[in-house]
Amino acid sequence: MSVFIKGMAAISPQKTFENNSFLSEIQEFIGNQLNAVEPSYEGIIDLRAIRRMSKIIRISVAASNKALEEAGVEIPDGIITGTSYGCMADTENFLRKMIDSKEVALNPTPFIQSTHNTMSGQIALLQHCNGYNSTYTQGGFSFENCLVDASLLLADNPGWNLLVGGVDEIIEVSHKILNRFDLYRKENVSNLSLLNLPAEGTMDGEGCTYFVLSGNKQNALAEIKSIKTIYKPANASHVIESLLKFLSENNLNPTEIDVLLTGRSGDTRYDGIYEKVENIFPESSLLFFKHLSGEYPTASAFATWVGTNALEHNQTPEILARKLSGKTSIRNVLIYNNYFGVYHSLILLQK
Amino acid sequence: MKSKAYAAGLGVISAIGKDLAENLEALKNHQAGIGPITLFESIHKNKLPVGEVKVTNEKLASSLKLPTTLTRTALLGIHAVKEAIQSSGIPELRKWRCGIISGTTVGGMDKSEQYYETFMRNEDSAPLHQIKNHECGKITELIASHFQIQDFISTINTACSSSANSIMLGSKLIANDQLDIVIAGGTDALTRFTLNGFNSLMILDSEPCRPFDETRKGLNLGEGAGYIVLVSEKVLEQEKVRPLAIVSGYANTNDAFHQTASSPEGRGSFSAMKSALEMANLMPTDIDYINLHGTGTQNNDSSEGIAVERLFGENVPKASSTKSFTGHTLGASGGIEAVYSIASIQSKVVYPNLRFNHQMSEIKFAPLKSFQKGVEVNHVMSNSFGFGGNCSSLTFSSC
Repeated sequence: MSVFIKGMAAISPQKTFENNSFLSEIQEFIGNQLNAVEPSYEGIIDLRAIRRMSKIIRISVAASNKALEEAGVEIPDGIITGTSYGCMADTENFLRKMIDSKEVALNPTPFIQSTHNTMSGQIALLQHCNGYNSTYTQGGFSFENCLVDASLLLADNPGWNLLVGGVDEIIEVSHKILNRFDLYRKENVSNLSLLNLPAEGTMDGEGCTYFVLSGNKQNALAEIKSIKTIYKPANASHVIESLLKFLSENNLNPTEIDVLLTGRSGDTRYDGIYEKVENIFPESSLLFFKHLSGEYPTASAFATWVGTNALEHNQTPEILARKLSGKTSIRNVLIYNNYFGVYHSLILLQK
Repeated sequence: MKSKAYAAGLGVISAIGKDLAENLEALKNHQAGIGPITLFESIHKNKLPVGEVKVTNEKLASSLKLPTTLTRTALLGIHAVKEAIQSSGIPELRKWRCGIISGTTVGGMDKSEQYYETFMRNEDSAPLHQIKNHECGKITELIASHFQIQDFISTINTACSSSANSIMLGSKLIANDQLDIVIAGGTDALTRFTLNGFNSLMILDSEPCRPFDETRKGLNLGEGAGYIVLVSEKVLEQEKVRPLAIVSGYANTNDAFHQTASSPEGRGSFSAMKSALEMANLMPTDIDYINLHGTGTQNNDSSEGIAVERLFGENVPKASSTKSFTGHTLGASGGIEAVYSIASIQSKVVYPNLRFNHQMSEIKFAPLKSFQKGVEVNHVMSNSFGFGGNCSSLTFSSC
């Protein structure tokens, strides 16, 4: 597959949007969730339009705008968004009012904006994009599925510029409900020590990351060389086998991976598998990212933003580093992520 | 040259039947499945007719040996996938690289809305089994687990075109030799959430819907599931399976006109139909039957009708909206209608558009009024359009 990243933008719990440096200023969160730092939308979204937009729509419109701008693309040839939970604020709003009012006199706006394809649809509307348009919603593969589709489309149309992103939002109610499933820490913790103090549960997160992807490598920030999803593996050895096969399919030895970026979440239930993967790469620099983003189904899109920055700037910021190899130039970045043990994915980025 | 994807098995459950044979029998007999709500409580119960699948969750669950607490969306999906796999005659899917791609718009909302009612009174007492399968992707996880499908899993939610896009992605993965078999389609259950949502938009007809009729007043919501077993040429040869049709063309575009309304000239639907024909290497005159999106709303039928006429000119093929039988099954509609489209090629039949009596003023063509058999059907087009400007067209051709 030949998929090149031409531009990108992230709105995350860190100042990744307005601040153009690579994670130079870090936000601390205490509790069990990390919330996105929203930019001032002035000059990005029409102020009348923004009043009707929930957070997930606002951050998607802003991030997609900036990614297009960075790539120098006016109208993309297609838009593909991954979101597992979709527009929860609007869904909750309509549901609550429907129950409260006993199904009488309901305002349609939250219903209209409750469908998962609202982001792809809104962006198409605002960018006047009549091209391909889709939305994937498969838990921890929601963003990965977008990449699979994008690679198929670009294989047939290498000249296309596709806007591809991953986004999920936290709302108060969803966080409360998900808390009951024991996903997150019961005790307050600082995100900055989350990975150093492993325990059961992690911290909830949210964010939006869009990329402009093309089959044409001119002025590319990085290449997405390959992607693999491993669904509900029977055991850790299945993941390791798939990983080794993935490397050999890409003609790489573990020693050629300069940076391994893993989705460690500080949750002891999944440490074992991360450790086994990390042990295959003793010579690589090891970076973590979830203490900066929190855990959410499309966090791998944020990881792809981190990995691309590492390649573009040839940098491994201290805040991400668990172990530095001392290699001076970064050529291959491998992302291994697992979402609560069910969804495992590998994304290989290359300079 | 890339290989195409073939349809090898079909499965469907809708307001007009629990399997393909029952659905075809109802289509033949002009027997619609639209009626009053019986399976859930709503203040709209005797006011807004719907296309309910006439089987309770308990019965669906017991026939599939699954817990009755499972969301209806998953039960309907598993029921239809089971028929699709059985009818394909492929004994062991796991021998192949096999994936599932499913479209849904409501996911587990039928249970979530029950959960939320309790949650609003007491946050910690609502039973978690009612909310744990809320996400759209969980429905596909449940289907995948039931049939032990692991090589690829994906869920698409592009509103009412979701399952047409599932068939499109499945065909692409087979054409690119990434998978050998894909079960593609979609499922959606009726919920109070969608009923009230569409009602708040004032696009529900209080009588059985009249697609493509000048006096049409809106749509009726329906529920169900429809899936196709898509296979590669290699699977056909090695499993000695007879293909039912070939997925000859597909296209996905965006109308980019309004969040919920289609452009008057149907620019998105026009370009989806046109691109699908181009991909299939077909002329408009090659199409023998169009299964229209035809929701019965003023806006859709006018926009779609104008786009069809722009593309097909004076020679609009036989066309009908089977939503006059099933209601609009949202994320399942593309899958259900793809099954009908392939069955049309197989059985040499075309389906009526019920309750059409008055010619629309914007267009010259009229939908089919009666069931026809013994018709040579070689190429069928199936349209699915949705909120968010999503437009998808598929073409199926005889092998």
